[in-house]
Amino acid sequence: MDIVEGTTPAPDAPSSGAGVVAPEPRRRARWRRVAPGAAVAPFLLYATLGIGIPTLGVLYYAFHGNNGGWTTANVAAVVHGIYLVGFENSIKLALLTSIIPGIFGVFVAYAIHTSRSQWLRRMTATASGVLANFGGVNLTFMFVATLGSTGVLTLWLAAVHIHLASLGFQLYTFSGVAVVYMYFQVPLMVLVITPALVGLRPSWREAAENMGASSWRYWRHVGVPVLMPSVLGGMLLLFGSAFAAYATAQSLTTGIIALSPIQIGNFINGNVFSNDQNIGYAIAFGMLVILAAVMILYNYVQKRASRWLH
Amino acid sequence: MAPLDAPSSGLDLLATESAPVPTFSTGRTGRRIRWWRGVVLVLTAAYFLIPIYAGLRFSFQGVNGQFSFSTLSELPKAQGFTAALWLSTRLAIATVIVAVVLMVPTTVYVHLRLPRLRRMMDIITVLPIVIPPIVLIAGVLAVAPLWLKATPYLLSLMYVILAMPFIYRSLDAGLLAIDLRTLSEASRSLGGRWYSTLIRVVLPNIRPAIISAAVLTLAMVFGEYTMASLDLWTTVPVWIVQFNGAANGHIQIAAAMAGLVVTWVVLTVIVSLDRSQRRRARG
Amino acid sequence: MTQTEDAPMVDRPAPATSAGSPVLLEGLVRTFGKVRALDGLTLSIEPGEFMALLGPSGCGKTTALRVLAGFERPDAGRVVVDGVDLSRVSAQKRDMGMVFQSYSLFPNMDALDNVAFGLRMRGQPTATRRAKAAELLEMVGLADQAEKYPHQMSGGQQQRVALARALAIEPRVLLLDEPLSALDALVRAELRDQIRALQQRLSITTVFVTHDQEEVLSMADRICVMSKGRIEQVASPAEIYARPSTAFVAQFVGISSRVPAEVRAGEVTVFGEGRPVRGAAPSAGAVDALLRPEDVALSPDPNGVGQVVRQSFLGATTRLVVAVGESMLRVDVRSDAVGDFPVGTRVTPRVVARDVLVAPHDTAVAFVDDL
Repeated sequence: MDIVEGTTPAPDAPSSGAGVVAPEPRRRARWRRVAPGAAVAPFLLYATLGIGIPTLGVLYYAFHGNNGGWTTANVAAVVHGIYLVGFENSIKLALLTSIIPGIFGVFVAYAIHTSRSQWLRRMTATASGVLANFGGVNLTFMFVATLGSTGVLTLWLAAVHIHLASLGFQLYTFSGVAVVYMYFQVPLMVLVITPALVGLRPSWREAAENMGASSWRYWRHVGVPVLMPSVLGGMLLLFGSAFAAYATAQSLTTGIIALSPIQIGNFINGNVFSNDQNIGYAIAFGMLVILAAVMILYNYVQKRASRWLH
Repeated sequence: MAPLDAPSSGLDLLATESAPVPTFSTGRTGRRIRWWRGVVLVLTAAYFLIPIYAGLRFSFQGVNGQFSFSTLSELPKAQGFTAALWLSTRLAIATVIVAVVLMVPTTVYVHLRLPRLRRMMDIITVLPIVIPPIVLIAGVLAVAPLWLKATPYLLSLMYVILAMPFIYRSLDAGLLAIDLRTLSEASRSLGGRWYSTLIRVVLPNIRPAIISAAVLTLAMVFGEYTMASLDLWTTVPVWIVQFNGAANGHIQIAAAMAGLVVTWVVLTVIVSLDRSQRRRARG
Repeated sequence: MTQTEDAPMVDRPAPATSAGSPVLLEGLVRTFGKVRALDGLTLSIEPGEFMALLGPSGCGKTTALRVLAGFERPDAGRVVVDGVDLSRVSAQKRDMGMVFQSYSLFPNMDALDNVAFGLRMRGQPTATRRAKAAELLEMVGLADQAEKYPHQMSGGQQQRVALARALAIEPRVLLLDEPLSALDALVRAELRDQIRALQQRLSITTVFVTHDQEEVLSMADRICVMSKGRIEQVASPAEIYARPSTAFVAQFVGISSRVPAEVRAGEVTVFGEGRPVRGAAPSAGAVDALLRPEDVALSPDPNGVGQVVRQSFLGATTRLVVAVGESMLRVDVRSDAVGDFPVGTRVTPRVVARDVLVAPHDTAVAFVDDL
């Protein structure tokens, strides 16, 4: 916003008014230099305090022992034993709930995209947006109503002699958490991949047909290669989302399964007592490393996607 | 890659909804696809609707299994619920106020005067997505001074951070849609000073975007569990998990379903708001 | 990226290819909902001919092309190429090369692979098809772009690659759907000439759809002017321009001025003189005569019915706008003679054309000043 709204005084202004005007430009010039910085300063300050400092805190405590000295013992401990299991489980869970919903989401998105019904498309767009946000505690309890021991679906299946418990499925375990995660991972994938499908131009398909390609060959040579970066990007997004999640798993299992976020939570709320109280921060550090890697991959893949699908 | 506890996953995507789909003639292959597509859609619909039905059924089931409002009417009477609801409300309002006051002027200013900083804004507002709430709260609890930890509004301050990605995305989209630069230059050429430009020209035009962002923030705050539970404040989601009342968890399920229904209503309203703003900007 | 930096199309002996195939569109009808995109269209195209389909948006020209390509199934009528009825044959198997309006190159393949795609679909071995593709890229002057991806090329370059791709399969018919519309004016003009030169050398039957009459007048062997799913006139560019057979053609192609006149017994009286009526006409009554700027001659006359209102310098000619009664008449004069007609001069106009096209009298015609 230009501070100098008035006119700068003409160098040959009549002497009667010149003296009065002179000091203003100097003050205004200084203010103008400061102003842009000043406008974004609150935001930067807030971001520093809210993101920067806590993150630095985590990094600091990850590498400092109880007595305050620098150590890598925490980080070393975290890649062994139960904490390593935690990372493995978290990664496994994230892979499972990104690949399967990812693939399924592509098919659902394609089914919607090729529909001629305007109504269907709009409704599913809204539905995906909403369902992708069914997370955390609310989702947990909705699934308790569905697949819990007295859940509606559990009872329906029991009525046709499919007893989930005896088949080894329990809602409050790893597989239960995975099933719950699918509920919003699929809509999230639909949301993410639909713009890419829209970017798949009909003229490519027609050109391929014109050149003698069958539907299958079109997909093999053009469709799938062009979509692949976006699909991978979507799956990375899903991976990050599932990997970092806490609320759903915690409210479902009350902290008894070995997942990294849960383990961090246990350290914070004192459910775990350990000689090295800072191990929780080391786990957090590990999570940051993994998520940073995912982010870098995602960036790379998105560049590819945007080049082809502008 | 918004982690799910901050139920904003995809909200930023929602704020920038994809363009209307062009009618795509599939020709003869269309016939082959049609039945396959129907199967997929029906199965998907079933998969998503069954849990909703289950949740609603539990919410409207009385003690003897009949349809009744008893569960819902007991909810407000349940111990601690009203207190939790009140806390969540206070936190939500505080969060929205701080977020709007912080983000709107900044985003508008950067958009207008410092376009080079947009890249930086993009990066900063993506950080809360890369750094999960569980890690953030761990850090916060480690470094925050005692007086901050004593107030629940520490949560509000952190919720503003969690909300930044979709607030920024929503405002940014809204500003792009109204061609801010032209409007503000027009205002200035007609003699308006920067603050009147802001108040009379910019704000009214991005009001739908601000409202969207505010409502999304409200929805997020009412659903946030991770930070609240670890900071030991009993907001509604924390209350739901901790409540150990009626048999079969009916009350908890009813509360959870209420939250989901409200989320649905709120998001649907936002999407239609967003669409009408898009239509207005185009026309 | 300027087009002039690319190599011009090389003059090489044309690769051995089929001489053009005759095309017949017979009685094509296609309805979309309530709209009749094609209303009984019948058109015959000679082997090796460059036939342009010209008309405003919605006239059905693109639909006709797509029916020919096989992307649309007509509700009635048939498509016959080389004597074979292709109505039931899928687009895949029709052996036609199509150039789309824009963005039809496969983004995940470089130029060479794009051009070779059709050959790959036909099972040609890698070495052969890559060689052929390289040959075609050279023919369109883009041999050095073989490894570039579509997003690295300009619009004009992309369309040339698309053209090479369509030609690679040695199609029986070449179809072009407004290929130049998305390009800027300079590029358009260059590409126009190059497409025409290539088409003539290869003698491929070509169907070219456009709404731009300038393009079509310089490129086509014959023009088919369409409106509302029907053919208005099919003729050579010269004939379409000089002797439009309907009011629509007269006003869509080139400039026509409307002047009120009277018809009696097959003759129309314009500016006090009688002229034979061209084509069908009402036998008597008030009509509008449609006159081209070069159909009228002016002589300065202090008692003349017309008055020069405006001059527009167009280069070799100057267009004068002459007010005659309530009509505005556009007349072209040679620029070196324009001194005789300063603004305000009274003139007597005279029709110098052999015959005159008429249309029903239209009181609501808006005078669009497109000078």
